[in-house]
Order: sequence, then structure tokens, then C-alpha cells
Amino acid sequence: MEHHTCFHCGLNTKDSEILFDDKPFCCNGCKTVYEIFSANDLTCYYDLQKSPGSTPKEIEGKYNFLENEKIIEKLLEFNDGKTQIITLYIPNIHCSSCIWILENLNKLHSAVSSSIVNFGKKTIRITYNAETISLKDLVILLNSIGYEPFISLDDYGTSKKNIDRSLIYKLGFAGFAFGNVMFLSFPEYFEVNEFWLEQYKPLFRWLMFSYSIPVVFYSAQEYFISAFKGLRSKILNIDVPIALGVFVLFIRSTVEIIFDYGSGFFDSLTGLVFFLLLGKFFQQKTYTFLSFERDYKSYFPIGITKILPNGKEESIQVYDIEKGDRLLIRNEELIPVDCILIKGKAHIDYSFVTGESKTISKNSGDKLFAGGKQLDGSIEVDVLKSVEQSYLTQLWSNDVFKTDKEAVFTSITNKISKSFTIAILSIAFISTSYWLLIDSSKALNVFTAILIIACPCALALSAPFTFGNILRILGMKKFYLKNASVIEQLAKIDTIIFDKTGTITANKDTSISYEGLELSEDEESILKSTLRGSNHPLSRALYDLLNENNIVTLDTYEEHLGKGIEGKYKETQIKIGSAPFVGYATESVNLNTAVHVSTNNNYKGKFTFYNAYRKGLSQLFNKLKTHYDLVILSGDNEGEKENLTKLLPAKTKLLFNQKPEDKLEYIKYHQSEGANVLMIGDGLNDAGALAQSNVGIAISENVNVFSPACDAILDASKFNQLFGYIKITKTAIKIIKWSFLLSFIYNFIGLYFAVSGQLSPVFAAILMPLSSISVVAFTTLATNLAGKKLK
Amino acid sequence: MSVIYVMLAASVVIAVIFFVVFILAVKSGQFDDSYTPSVRMLFEDELVKEKSNKATLTKQD
Repeated sequence: MEHHTCFHCGLNTKDSEILFDDKPFCCNGCKTVYEIFSANDLTCYYDLQKSPGSTPKEIEGKYNFLENEKIIEKLLEFNDGKTQIITLYIPNIHCSSCIWILENLNKLHSAVSSSIVNFGKKTIRITYNAETISLKDLVILLNSIGYEPFISLDDYGTSKKNIDRSLIYKLGFAGFAFGNVMFLSFPEYFEVNEFWLEQYKPLFRWLMFSYSIPVVFYSAQEYFISAFKGLRSKILNIDVPIALGVFVLFIRSTVEIIFDYGSGFFDSLTGLVFFLLLGKFFQQKTYTFLSFERDYKSYFPIGITKILPNGKEESIQVYDIEKGDRLLIRNEELIPVDCILIKGKAHIDYSFVTGESKTISKNSGDKLFAGGKQLDGSIEVDVLKSVEQSYLTQLWSNDVFKTDKEAVFTSITNKISKSFTIAILSIAFISTSYWLLIDSSKALNVFTAILIIACPCALALSAPFTFGNILRILGMKKFYLKNASVIEQLAKIDTIIFDKTGTITANKDTSISYEGLELSEDEESILKSTLRGSNHPLSRALYDLLNENNIVTLDTYEEHLGKGIEGKYKETQIKIGSAPFVGYATESVNLNTAVHVSTNNNYKGKFTFYNAYRKGLSQLFNKLKTHYDLVILSGDNEGEKENLTKLLPAKTKLLFNQKPEDKLEYIKYHQSEGANVLMIGDGLNDAGALAQSNVGIAISENVNVFSPACDAILDASKFNQLFGYIKITKTAIKIIKWSFLLSFIYNFIGLYFAVSGQLSPVFAAILMPLSSISVVAFTTLATNLAGKKLK
Repeated sequence: MSVIYVMLAASVVIAVIFFVVFILAVKSGQFDDSYTPSVRMLFEDELVKEKSNKATLTKQD
């Protein structure tokens, strides 16, 4: 192990000298977690994975709402007063060590009787004795080892969700019936007139019949429902020929065994349904730990501290907040309602709402909007509006959030199936009329045979398997799509709209440049020392940037809210802050954020903050520009315009000062002109635009933490690969078209036999699985090949 | 009665038993999480503090 990374969390330890047990730690928080683990003999945690942990956060008072009985009751899954069961979502679960430590929770506290992790969903289900540990203490215990649960308003009252497992049942049954029917129909494949076989034929056939009944009426029921719905709204979707095929297969087979014409097609019938459901199951794979349907509820706290008129604090439910209430907002807490600041220093981070990363300082008497996060100590506020009526919540009442994009969109399979169904039906009718003239006894036989053999099993499997596999490949590259139809939509895009802050710029780092007189070494060291005391984000950013200097103990230090900071050491006095504060008249309008510095009232210069753009931005835009119209819609001012024009291709449109509603309208307007718009954004201010666009991609620095409602989530580190990802969706469509061709070939071969009246059960039983399997093999191979090219 | 009836009955009964077990397994939630159990089974020998299982657990992120 190198001695530069924290033994617990893997962060750099060069600034700190915390050693414990000969192991380096980056901070006391990490050291404490290690101490807890080693005291309880749980250091195996560090053997499973190298530096698996994370630093516990300061949560003083944050979970006070878990003392409120009403809230606890809503969160619990089971409660008999003594034993309680709760499922908590822990975003931090990321490796096998996490599973191990969380499932050994009982070693840390004896009240916990069992804890089971679901890695895919990142949840833990804990059974504990409520008499010895309260829910609040349990949550605090989890936090103390670096696994802070995420409890939001979304959990409130929805803890008893039903999991839909019907597809597994249906698939299981179809598979079960398929296997058994295959067994039973096997003897008849060879058409030998053997004595024993003849004698037991009826028994075998009726057994097959009974196996197929639940397959048709239970496993395949969705195809009938969907076909019926399609027909009712006059759409020939892919389920119409499927339902028709299943229906005809069942009826004809039943008639055949009743009148002893033959053995029927029960084997093909059950096989068909099994393969179809398998395709559905494959495509259904979703990222359970990500949520694409989030609204404000997922981010709002459940409880908040209310200050009673007599000065006492009480935890109340967010929905119970009434106009006129006095609330206490702690450090790092989200403001749930529109309110007025009464007491305390407010530094509000509205990045959640606007995507703008700079914090805003507010003084008492100023209005605060819901969705802001307080960053600097506790504040007291008076409520102006209840949760439902607050500005942020109102955003969600826009109609865009209620339309289902998938429902409006006609998929490639359904488009083809329309002409396919018409073609099949005409072939069926034409050849039936032909046989009616030639040999009427065969006519019905031919008609049903055509509908059976044309049942588009392979056709219906092409898209699910291709998309399912592409979804999986992109997921491994940290590009998570909501569902398969997003792939199709993405392939059709012709306009790409980017948000600026947080999307093409990185939130984490800004670049800072200095203009002005050179600072002496002493001055620099005082500057750094003064900045150290301030918690203002700009101070922090500047502090991190400056070179190592001797930190001196200042004689005086003073912070002037909303203006700047002031420090004095020996004879040197330093002022850091806004231009007027340091005694410097603003000469020109500068739109970029700047911090000015003066020493002993002599103006020295300014540090200007520029956005740092994501790596590979120019290359990405240059690749995109030949295929797409590019637009940047920014909620910010024009400060970066010059910079952007230099960086991006000339034809990129740049629009600034766009409010969330403007972005939405802009997209709507272009869509009405026939554009297919891809919106890429990050904050809640883009939520409307993401919903309005054909495809909305949310960029996220940490996919577990935050993203507004969208169709896809892209990990920020993969931003520069976007072009390749869009390209693979086009390849996917091509692959599907080729596999359509493949399945048509099988259909033609089958149709030849059907039209000429020679379709035998054994032939159908071979052709159907063969066509399905070869299509599945082709799409899987082709998509994997295409996926190999991605970075 | 022919022996084939016994055979058939037996085959159907066995098939049905397996099917019922499958349904019970799905109901109890065994199919809800297909990843965690595969990791969990490697933890059985956690008290033996050897780093031998390091190599087998390579799942990251």
C-alpha cells in the first residue's frame, strides 16, 4: 500500500499527518470509522477491497425528525412495538466490502438482528429491536461508519410498494409447459405407425392440450390485450400478428386433436410464447438503483424543525408546514418552502434549482425560495407558502411532466409490423381462395398454416434483444438509458441542445486567473491565511488554488457579510472581496465573477473566475457539428460568450439568460418545425426542457445523487464520448433492420410450405425456434461487435 | 392398467412439484436481487482473517 492515500477512503493524505495503527488517514472522520471497525474486529472490511470506505458527514440534528412517531410509522415496513423492520436506501453502497460490513451490522450493535443488502437497488433491510435502539440511533450508527441513508419525502407513505413479478411467473410457466410439451410430442415427430404409439396418442395429445391452456390464457395474455388495444385505436402493432398466430395455433391444434386429424402444433405454440417472453424479459432490464422519474419529492427532506412560539424546537412533517410557521434550517439542509429570512447568515446554493453553482448571500428580510440549500450555519425563516404552493413545486404542475413520451412514439417494430400484417393477411386470403378453387378440403388448412408460420416471432425478438444488449453495453460505459425506446429516439436526433453550467462546464473545478500587481511572498502568505478562515465558496476555491505558503496566525480577522473578508498580521492589513469593499471603483462592466485584493488600502489586483469546460469539449462539438444542429442554452449571463465562440464550431448557436420556461419554449418551437431535439442538462432548471425534448439526457457527476427527471443519465466523466454513444444507437437500428431481413427469409421459406399445403408440425417445431435463435444470435453478436468500438 | 399411466403420472407430478417450488421461490423474493447473493456466499469464511478472497472479488463501482 502506498503511503499517500487514506487507508479508509483512498483520498490523498499529503496534507494531513494522521496515523493510526501505522496506517495513514486523510481526516479524523476516516480514522474514527477505522477505530470503530478495529474495535469490533471488523477490519476484514479492508481486506475485501482496498480503501472501500467514505468519510462520515456531519449530521448534527439532521435526523431529529426520526423522533416523530408519525414519520417513523410511515417509514417502517413492520412494527409490533418491539421488533421493527425498515428498508433504507444507501447511495454509498458500491462494492463487496459494503455488502460485508452492512450485513455484519449486528456486530456493531446487538439490537440489530438481521440486515440484508440488495446491491442492485442499493438498499438495506434491517430488522432491529426498537426497545434497545431507536430508528434515529440506527441511522446515526449507519452514518458514523460512512453509510448515510438517504431518506426523502419520496419514502413517505410509499414504503409498501408491490413488486411486479408477473413476467417471471409467465416466463416460468411458458418455459415449464414448453419443455413438457416438447417431451410429449417427440414420439410423434417420426410418424411411425407403431402399436404402442397409436394406442397412447390421444392421451399424449390431451396432456399437451392441458399444458397449453395456461400458456395461451395466462402467459400470452398481454399480447392479446395489447393487440386488442392496438386494433381499437386502429394501429396494427406487432402484437396483432402475434396474437393472431397464437390464437390460430391453439384453435387449429385443438380441432386437430378433437377430430384426430393430427398431433397439433402445441410444441410450436408453447415455444413461441416462451421465446417472446424471453425477449421481453431481456429488454426489461433496468437500472433499479437509478430513478428516471424523480420529482422534487425525491430531494426534499421528510421532516423539518419548527420553532414553537415558546422557543422550543419540534420536528414536523414537511406537508404539515403552514404559512406563518417559524422554521429552523440547519447547515446543509434544503429549504422546503418559500419563506422570509429572519435570523442568521444565509448562503444559499440554488444549484439544485437553477444549475448555477455560485451561492447567493441573503440578509434578514430577504425572500428565500424552496429548493435552495443553506451552506453556512443555521438560519431561522418564516414560511410564506406551503409546500404545494411553493415556486419549485409549481414547476411540476406543467403539463410536460404528465405526457408519456414512450406512448406517443411509434417504434420501428410497429412500423414494420403494419405492412407485415397487411401482407400476411393478403397472402393468406389469396392462397385460400386459390385452394378453394383447386381443392376446397385443403383451403382452411392452408389459411391457418399461413397465419401460424407467419407469426412474427423472430421479427418480434429482433428489437428486444438488440436494444436490451445495447442498453447493457451503454450501461457498462456509464450511460444509463431509461428504456429501449430511448435508443430509437436517440438514433433520430437532428438537433442537440446543451445547457451550459454543469453540463459543458465541470462543477468541481473552475479556472482562476490573476491580473494586477505582483504580490510579495509575505502578502501571499497573509492572503492564504485570511482565506483559510472563510467558508465562502469563492474563498475555498481560491484557497485551494494558491501555492503552499506558511500559514500565519492572524492578529485580527473579520468577515463582512456579502462584501468580503479582512485580516491583519503585524503591519500588513489585507482586504479580499468585492471591488467597492477593497476600495476600488469598478472600471468596466465585467460579467465574470472576480475577487479583488488590496493590502494596506493599496489596490493590488483581482482574481477572475472562469468556468472550466469539460475535457474534450471542442473535439466533441467538432465531431457533432457535421451531423447535428448545435445550440447552447444557458441560464447565465453572457460572460463566457467570447470564450465559448473561440472554443466551439462557428455555427453553434449561443443563447444566454434563458429562464427554465424559455428553454422549454425554445425546444417546443423547434419541435413544431420538425426537429428532433436532444436536450442535455443537469439541474432542475432544465427539468422542463428535458421533459419537452425528444430525448433528455441528464449529466451527473455522481449518478447516485442527483438528476432531474430524464430519459437517460450520463456520467460526467464520459461526456466526451457522447458522439460514439449516439452513433451506436444508429448502428442498433441498422442491426435491427438486418435481422428483420433474416427473419423475413425464414418467413418466406415457411410460407412456401404453408401456401403449398405441406406444413407439418415437426417442420413448424424446427423452423420456429431455429429462426428465433438465429435472430437472437445475430443481434447479440452484432451489438457486441459494435460495442467493442466504444470507449 | 398399463405401466405407462404410472410413468406419465409420475412425470407430471414431478414437473408440477418443481413448478410449485419455482413459484414459491419467486414469491419469497429470490429473483428480486440477482447480484448480492453471489457476493454474499463468498463471505462465509470471514472470521479467518486471510486475504485469500481478495482476488475473487474484483467487482468495483
